[in-house]
Amino acid sequence: MVKNSGIRRAIRLWAPLFILPAFVCFVISFVIPFGQGIYLSFCEFNIPKDAAWSGMDNYTAAFADPSFGRAMLNTFLFAVVSVIVINVPAFFIAYFLSGKFKGVNLFRTAFFVPNLIGGVVLGYIWSMIFDGILRYFGTYLIASPVYGFWGLVILVAWQQIGYMMIIYIAGFQSVPTDMLEAADIDGATRSQTLFRVILPNMISSISVCVFLSLTNGFKLFDQNLSLTGGAPIKTLENGMQVNTTELLALNIYNTYGINRHWHGTAQAKAVIFFLIVGGVSLLQQYLTNRERKIKPAKHTDAKEGKQK
Amino acid sequence: MLKRKLLFAAAAAAVLLSWTGCAGESGNGYVYYLNFKPEADEAWQEIAEEYTKLTGVEVDVVTAASGSYADTLSSQMNKNHAPTLFVCGGVQALDNWHDYCLDLRDSPLTEHLEEDAPCLYGEDGSLCAVGYCYEAYGLIVNKSLLEKSGHSLEEIHDFASLKAAAEDIHSRSAELGFDAFTSAGLDSSSSWRFSGHLAALPLFYEFRENAATTQPAEISGSFLDLYKNVWDMYINNSSVAGGELSAATGGMAEEEFGSGRAVFFQNGSWEYTALTAEDKFAMSPDELTMIPIYCGAEGEDNAGLCCGTENYWAVNSRAEQRNIDATMDFLEWVVTSESGKKMMADSFGVTPFKDHLPSENVFLNDAERMKSEGKYNIDWSFSFTPNTESWRAGVVSALMEYSEGSGSWENVSTAFVDGWKYQYKLEHRILD
Repeated sequence: MVKNSGIRRAIRLWAPLFILPAFVCFVISFVIPFGQGIYLSFCEFNIPKDAAWSGMDNYTAAFADPSFGRAMLNTFLFAVVSVIVINVPAFFIAYFLSGKFKGVNLFRTAFFVPNLIGGVVLGYIWSMIFDGILRYFGTYLIASPVYGFWGLVILVAWQQIGYMMIIYIAGFQSVPTDMLEAADIDGATRSQTLFRVILPNMISSISVCVFLSLTNGFKLFDQNLSLTGGAPIKTLENGMQVNTTELLALNIYNTYGINRHWHGTAQAKAVIFFLIVGGVSLLQQYLTNRERKIKPAKHTDAKEGKQK
Repeated sequence: MLKRKLLFAAAAAAVLLSWTGCAGESGNGYVYYLNFKPEADEAWQEIAEEYTKLTGVEVDVVTAASGSYADTLSSQMNKNHAPTLFVCGGVQALDNWHDYCLDLRDSPLTEHLEEDAPCLYGEDGSLCAVGYCYEAYGLIVNKSLLEKSGHSLEEIHDFASLKAAAEDIHSRSAELGFDAFTSAGLDSSSSWRFSGHLAALPLFYEFRENAATTQPAEISGSFLDLYKNVWDMYINNSSVAGGELSAATGGMAEEEFGSGRAVFFQNGSWEYTALTAEDKFAMSPDELTMIPIYCGAEGEDNAGLCCGTENYWAVNSRAEQRNIDATMDFLEWVVTSESGKKMMADSFGVTPFKDHLPSENVFLNDAERMKSEGKYNIDWSFSFTPNTESWRAGVVSALMEYSEGSGSWENVSTAFVDGWKYQYKLEHRILD
């Protein structure tokens, strides 16, 4: 006890010193640029040095820009679809690969490898694959917004399923064996075991995976840029041009690229983007945490009941 | 490999420079050039070294990685030791950077400029940037193949004669072993040749008719038929079908021409090095020439090549005075000294300076010859395109659909004309 409190005192005394380097790095590389970014969203500028305060102009312009709303809609749709298309297969592949059979590690590695390839490279590789396949049907990837959208979904699913699978495998392995044995003894079927025992115990893994795939979906940029670049571009009857597969991050990038008059607006869009991604992530975390708090309580009751 | 190493070294130098401020700054002033062309990096480094040896003035040349000049310029200009000399890529770049452009009207550099040198002017008439090289584009022709097909350059003098020759070659391509045109790829590595360079033709004729000298808010597309003429000719007389163009790259077209599988290749004077280099296609300069892109315009017998530039020098007006002076001295030396002139001719071909040395670049010499014969120049009207990348992307999307057969020419026309109006409003922040 004495020894422990001594260590605790030493930790308390020296902790700030050890935290300092990481904290300084965090401040330099995140807090300051983030603060500067928020400031710039209220300015008109070509380069940050020349920023001139322009009040809410950029936010007004951002909301008035129809391309922003459309990109937001595309992004929500993409994020929701990609969360499902990534997590459902990842869960079942992990379920399958949690068993013990010959070559299981090889399969796990094979599924994980796509995650190691960079987004831009993946985009170009997949555009060749898609175009190569679609050529047999006399069409091409960016001929239709539908192809472009599903192309993006397939690409990110291929890239991220392996990563989520690893997290799910860790989740499967942490399910208490006594509970599985108990379910077995009580005569639970495989699906009952899966949905009543395994799933409730894996809320943490599911929460992490949904969080990651959701935020990845919202932040998607490289793959969007290199696979479709926002194309096909439709010119509507009123002359407006619509980048039909443009997601939020690409929209911000394209806005910045128009000219210096749009730099501040792109910055304002980035701040709005941050608030949306932050808000959605917090909401998702809140919901899954609530779920997690409920489940163990039930589990304890059941255990107690059994002991009685 | 060497080029890659040099680029890496240049990038490392940029990082180092930003950390250390500018180590070489001395009482004599200091020159920091942010170079635009990676292929000229080696030549710039050598000339900078020679100048430093000669005068003691430090010259740092940093080259931005290909395709990232605008970003690199933005980040470098934000630093305390910003470039003293940078490249302004045209009217769009001038809009972003005119506050940083020193008025060069009374500078000694202008004394060395030819009268018709390309320049960028501010609204107040200030000379913001001076063009330091010309580039020309048109149809690169493999003369040997043309002769082999039974045709000659002499018979091609307008759209009808060009089309007739192309169609004849295409119809006999199996027997000849080569086709008329290289693939008109619409992959992003190639589409700029058509959404940018080819699009300049209908724009040029429209602007000429309307005597437009600045960016118009709207265009009528009255000469879009010319664009269609050429596009149809390209896609109907090459070995790659319209439906496959979305995935066809610029490298494919270059390869087709370089390996003798096509007679005509729409591209520019910058291709000369790749086509003639021993370690690339090793074509003989004698078998190469460039002719105008004939499109069916009235009086086009007298058309020259599309000659212009996107390379303008601008001096940073916010640099310290002694650094501005050092930069001006350096530029003057580059365009007047023997080593400087040689470097300019070797790296950039024909330059708009009075004393420039002759160039080996066949295509630039063709452009000069046509100019001296009194042929009219087709200006780079695409430089007026509003929100360039987005406008071009719209045109490319429509061109793809048209070529593949799922879209009509009407859509191309809409993307061209209505797209212009929309992108103009966007660029000028005219928010409805």
